[in-house]
Amino acid sequence: MNPVRRIQGRTVVLPNRDIDTDQIIAARYLTTTTKEGLGQHAFHDLRFDKDGNENPDCILNQPAAVGCSILISGNNFGCGSSREHAPWALLDYGFEAVISTEIADIFCNNSLKNGLVAIVIDAQTHEWLIQNPGSEIGIDIAAGTVTLSGGRSVDFAMDSFARHCLLEGIDQLGFLQQQSAAIEAFEEKRN
Amino acid sequence: MSSKRTLFQKVWDDHIVVAESPETPAILYIDLHIVHEVTTPQAFSVLREFGLPVRRPDLTLPTLDHSTPTTPVSSYEDLLVAGVSAANQVRQMEKNCEEFGLDLLGYGSGKRGIVHVIGPELGATQPGKTIVCGDSHSSTHGAFGALAFGIGTTEVGHVLATQCLLQRAPKTLEVNIEGELPDGVTAKDLILAVIGQIGVNGGTGHVIEYRGKAIEALDMDSRMTICNMSIEAGARAGMIAPDQITFDYLKGRPKSPKGSEWDAAVERWKELRSDDGAEFDKSVTLHAGDLKPMVTFGTNPGMVVGIDELIPNENGASFKKALNYMQVEPGKPMTEIAVDIVFVGSCTNGRLSDIKEIARILSGRRIADGVRMLVVPGSELVKREAEDRGLDKVITAAGAEWREAGCSMCIAMNGDIVKPGQLCVSTSNRNFEGRQGVGARTVLASPATAAASAVTGYVCDPRIFS
Ligand code: SF4
Repeated sequence: MNPVRRIQGRTVVLPNRDIDTDQIIAARYLTTTTKEGLGQHAFHDLRFDKDGNENPDCILNQPAAVGCSILISGNNFGCGSSREHAPWALLDYGFEAVISTEIADIFCNNSLKNGLVAIVIDAQTHEWLIQNPGSEIGIDIAAGTVTLSGGRSVDFAMDSFARHCLLEGIDQLGFLQQQSAAIEAFEEKRN
Repeated sequence: MSSKRTLFQKVWDDHIVVAESPETPAILYIDLHIVHEVTTPQAFSVLREFGLPVRRPDLTLPTLDHSTPTTPVSSYEDLLVAGVSAANQVRQMEKNCEEFGLDLLGYGSGKRGIVHVIGPELGATQPGKTIVCGDSHSSTHGAFGALAFGIGTTEVGHVLATQCLLQRAPKTLEVNIEGELPDGVTAKDLILAVIGQIGVNGGTGHVIEYRGKAIEALDMDSRMTICNMSIEAGARAGMIAPDQITFDYLKGRPKSPKGSEWDAAVERWKELRSDDGAEFDKSVTLHAGDLKPMVTFGTNPGMVVGIDELIPNENGASFKKALNYMQVEPGKPMTEIAVDIVFVGSCTNGRLSDIKEIARILSGRRIADGVRMLVVPGSELVKREAEDRGLDKVITAAGAEWREAGCSMCIAMNGDIVKPGQLCVSTSNRNFEGRQGVGARTVLASPATAAASAVTGYVCDPRIFS
């Protein structure tokens, strides 16, 4: 994984709550055997109608959304399935971060392991972000702050290990492999 | 720290390879890794890239379930019913298992089935184990007093390569179900009511332990239905303390301990219950006696009402969007909703007891004109057991379809789909937009409610057939 230290970008807002992983990437696109190219299917059924025509009402299809790299969503983003295709699709679509008031456990885990910065923020800041789509904001992983357009800065919490892995671009498999002596000792003790 | 521990803490403590610290998560040892074709190809690619073997093939249980057709398969051409990419995914899984020396419970094994159905029925799922799978409904296995949870594909790679995961300890949530379930009210109704009460994010960051008289009275199939849907409340896992019902279920299964090992295992398993006075981070109580058959009206499993109730009204754009998608109106009775398709199956309700229950209602009856009913056993073993009892005959005589085992219309990856706008009463676990097909409208229900709805053609209270 490449290190992720700072994200600077414009926001796009999907205000609905409980946006599940099936909406992020529908199951019919999960028959792939690679990680690549899933961005074209991200939020497919929001972006297109059932005949495959672009839905002009969808915010993601509007000119203002072009180039936005930070997704602001309603509470409880990413609930549902464990499919890692969800963060893969969001990253491939061009998102670098997702901000909500609550993010589902497995999705959050999967996102951080892929360098998609999933952040839970306080309700007041969240409300401001929802009301101000297209804001230019900055995320500083090391400092744990989000800087809003006016220069105001708010803190967010992140697991210290996840933060360390993002900043250093650490591959967690490598980290686990370094513990092989402890794993062997555990297996022996149990046998 | 208090010496009184919850069931979760006992299983967690038992599997710590390296304890967690503020800087690093715990390294948790995994006893059983169940693997399916959809969430693993990219993990096998990583092993290949780094030249790594699967560390413990003996603790790895692979099968095929999501992308498999529910029509008979004896060749590659038969797999194409589910589409070319689905067929290739199945082929890729077969190749990966061969290359990495894994014993695939695939075609020809007689044991293929949904990941969360085959683990228990083979006796591989046991109390006190840590069990993972690249699938969120891994929580099902917690019905045996195991700590079982879903993981992403990167973590599937971690477990294949090291048999371990990096994990922070979750919090604990006690869900206490007092009293007795009334006649005609099932485990599915109970768990839908729980999710309705605590919400689809009520369990986020927590492991749930289901306790109380009503839980103790349930058979294992019902306990699995309950734990299965823990993830629909956002929980990492759901657990139920093992007891005599658990031991009776496991005794004599192919992978259960045998002889003196069995006796020793049962002695160990009896310790797996929360100590009196052990503290949970949160606690809720429901009274089983108040419950009735439950059905969903919206687009997540928390949007649920009693079958004889009216569709509620709420403010908020998300709620309105959900009702609009479902084409239902606040204030209207659920039982006026007409049904196009009924799906019975999935890891929530695709076991033998579920098939028996629908056969009871379908026996001597026909499903309503214009309704399509698909019955998909959770595994090849469930299918054989049902056929040995003649249940397939009852089901087909009623006009329903009896299919090959798999996930099928629960996730609609294999060609079994609900068409745009069609309404499906489904015994599965997710009524998300598009889950059963683009524009598909899903009403989650128990097998009894599903069968009653097939017979009448409307969302129907099954208690009229009791
Ligand atoms: S039956 Fe449905 S929920 Fe269960 S494992 Fe298969 S797709 Fe997932």
